[in-house]
Amino acid sequence: MKIPILKMEDILIVTIQSELTDREIEELSHDILDMINKVGAEGLIIDITALKVVDSFMARSLNAIANAATLLGSETVVVGIQPAVALTLVELGLRISWGVKTALNLEKGLEILRKKKDK
Amino acid sequence: MDEQTIEVRRDIDVILARNVGRKMANEIGFGELDQTRITTAISELARNIVIHANRGKVVIREIQKGDRRGIEVVCTDDGPGIEDIEAALRDGYTTAGGLGIGMTGAKRLMDEFHVESVVGVGTTVIVKKWLR
Ligand SMILES: Nc1ncnc2c1ncn2[C@@H]1O[C@H](COP(=O)(O)OP(=O)(O)O)[C@@H](O)[C@H]1O
Ligand SMILES: [Mg+2]
Repeated sequence: MKIPILKMEDILIVTIQSELTDREIEELSHDILDMINKVGAEGLIIDITALKVVDSFMARSLNAIANAATLLGSETVVVGIQPAVALTLVELGLRISWGVKTALNLEKGLEILRKKKDK
Repeated sequence: MDEQTIEVRRDIDVILARNVGRKMANEIGFGELDQTRITTAISELARNIVIHANRGKVVIREIQKGDRRGIEVVCTDDGPGIEDIEAALRDGYTTAGGLGIGMTGAKRLMDEFHVESVVGVGTTVIVKKWLR
């Protein structure tokens, strides 16, 4: 299943709509970075509102995408982490070293990226 | 009482095991947060089978002790086994470039955790969670 990557001005928005297999996550990572490179995006939002489970593999993948996107000059914000998922991730042992910027929802994520740009 | 077995070979089976686990946890009466904890623990342990052992199975069942009800997840494989179990139960320990929090995380998310592993024979991890 291909996950659509939307472009809004110079920000890319990826909405994950269902549980992804490890291979799909890897493919998505590659597609996102390719797209950033192609359109010169300066911001990336990954919306995981639909995910009811985020395990250490998914967490690590999101971290890797954010790090690689930064190297390509695109800041990443993960939005929509559900409350139960957030608490479970903390109990799982995900450390602050998980350096991904987060926001409650898409609007707040866009706000962060726009503020950054206006500076 | 209900019991289901999921053969685990590929990454897609991890999602299947997760879904079966969530459904059963829901039927037993666990709330959303505990369902998420249980499903996440299953995800970690099933993925360990795929990544570290290649193939195995996950058995999920309803359990009862006195008037307490709960869920039990048994993950078995006949993979390489774990050489240093003590190390594997330390946060951040990984032999495969992971985050190394799967085993310890599953232990924290569930009420009971038990691991048995013999090098060259395989690994069994059993976790349980009780309804409050
Ligand atoms: N089913 C298994 N078979 C063999 N080794 C395992 C198994 N599960 C876990 N391990 C070992 O324990 C280590 C820690 O597991 P875990 O905490 O899940 O971290 P990760 O999977 O990120 O490496 C693994 O790196 C691996 O060496
Ligand atoms: Mg693991």
